[in-house]
Amino acid sequence: MWSRIISRLLTSLVVAWASVTAAFLALHALPGRIQDILAGDLEYPGLREAIAAEWGLDRSLPAQYLDFLLRILQGDFGTSYVLRQPVTEVVGSQLMPTVQLALLGGLLAIVIAVALALLTAGRGRISRQIASFLELVFASTPVFWLGILLLMAFSFTLRWFPVSGASGWKSIVLPSLTLALPTAGLLAQVLREAMEKTLDQPFVTTVRSRGVGELVIRARHVLRHALLPAVTLGGWLIGGLLGGAVITEKVFGRPGLGTVTLGAVLTHDVPVVLAVVLLAAFIHVAASTVLDILYLLIDPRLRAQ
Amino acid sequence: MNVQTRPLADLSIALDPQVNPPGAVEPVTTAAVIAPRLLSPGLAISLAFLFVLLLTAAFPRAFTQFDPLIGDYALGLKPPSWEHLFGTDRLGRDVFARTIHGTRYSLLIGLGGMAISLAFGIVLGILAGQRNRFLDEGTSRVFDVLSSFPGVLLAMLVVTFLGQGMLNIAIAVGIAGIPKFGRVIRAQTQLVRDADYVTHAVVYGLGRWQIFFRHVLPNVLVAVPVIATVYIGNTILAVSGLSFLGLGPQPPTPEWGVMLAESRDVLRVAWWPGVFPGLAITLTVIAFTLVGNAIQKRFEGRLA
Repeated sequence: MWSRIISRLLTSLVVAWASVTAAFLALHALPGRIQDILAGDLEYPGLREAIAAEWGLDRSLPAQYLDFLLRILQGDFGTSYVLRQPVTEVVGSQLMPTVQLALLGGLLAIVIAVALALLTAGRGRISRQIASFLELVFASTPVFWLGILLLMAFSFTLRWFPVSGASGWKSIVLPSLTLALPTAGLLAQVLREAMEKTLDQPFVTTVRSRGVGELVIRARHVLRHALLPAVTLGGWLIGGLLGGAVITEKVFGRPGLGTVTLGAVLTHDVPVVLAVVLLAAFIHVAASTVLDILYLLIDPRLRAQ
Repeated sequence: MNVQTRPLADLSIALDPQVNPPGAVEPVTTAAVIAPRLLSPGLAISLAFLFVLLLTAAFPRAFTQFDPLIGDYALGLKPPSWEHLFGTDRLGRDVFARTIHGTRYSLLIGLGGMAISLAFGIVLGILAGQRNRFLDEGTSRVFDVLSSFPGVLLAMLVVTFLGQGMLNIAIAVGIAGIPKFGRVIRAQTQLVRDADYVTHAVVYGLGRWQIFFRHVLPNVLVAVPVIATVYIGNTILAVSGLSFLGLGPQPPTPEWGVMLAESRDVLRVAWWPGVFPGLAITLTVIAFTLVGNAIQKRFEGRLA
């Protein structure tokens, strides 16, 4: 088992390294000089010379590459020439609101999905049809439209929640719900299907024959089995939440990484976008590695192989 | 870019010969997910809806007399009525006309992105599906790297490099979609590669390339329409998300995501500009998903 864990860790390191390399190559494969790409639409005397000096553009490509790798290892993503600030500061100051939103959204999605699956898996035809219809609708609804609908209903009509901003718990309710529902739809589909498969297993009959109540069977025995396939979706879930958070922030006018990134995309602020994208990739890779290893630890059947 | 992607892992896991040895292929999971009973009436409605959608994309002017771009300021923000079925927006443009004209953009950008994902996904997937371990590892790591970037963010990076615009978001969504198609094609190639008829062809003494072009390739490509229909809905979702962010077509283009972004400013006083384009996206995605799942079900277990 240890060899599998180590090889999984090594693979992740390779992927992380390759994603940095891909970013470097993409930067150099673009037509035009790096100075012009990094400067975007900006134009002031000395800017291009400053960029050339910072990125070591007068040196050979391999030397630049090594330098790039080393800088990223040290957490230095360069300078935003638009904001005239180190990228790390820009990203660092906006990280928390997005992480909060993504975590809360993820948690909510899991709670909704588990509740839906627990209540409807293997039940009668009608409740399953309703559940699968709901899941399909949630999974097919664009995040931003859901946000707009929630805004209309709860902020403009009922006036329960603020329209935009990020002050107080009330302002995070609608954004996290917006982020959670589409994710919950997909998660519930997978979870319910896994639960239905598990409910057919002989051990469920055994537990049932001991007189254990239906809800306890589901919550304690079946759900645990069904969670395993859902764990493999964890990486996808985290990637989706990070991406969804960007859009959700735009809908609700919340400050955060999404707002910063979107601004950076529109002003061609390449260092900032690059940093956010690489950061998201690192988080994604790290999380899926942890989940994969957890999977090995949780499921004894996989260890034997 | 997922914006949102479905649990893509499923299909490739279900088709992965290591998980499911050929011959014992489990029902492909995403298809079994939607209750089969939902399909029959749902499928008919979906097919009809998609047919109408294609018609509106091809002949938008047959469905509405109003111009999607020119409105009458005096008629701004009128609620839905018999004349203006979906009401009018801030500039007095007919929301129904704009929604109808928007079909073309969403479908075209979505299909464009899909074509890019498919082209690269097929080539890389077939390479990865070969017995050559080096090729497999190399290509699979390319998929890993591409899918390590959350879709929306990867697409945003592409747009930063290439600039805003319809073609560029199609490219962005297309690149982000390469790994999911590539992985399914890889699994499919492995299934076909190990199938009995290929072994027979080898025994029969056919050449390597002959076997590839006559037996392997056609049977790998059989899976393409299935995968494509299952995922086109997600591509459309992703595209609409990027347009909403302002990265794709620019106002006054009547694209659904762009229309919804514009509606955000008038939500306080008017609900209709913020409802109908979103409904169009959601219904389109649902219709494609249901049809895709139905096709996938038909092919289940017969893919090799």
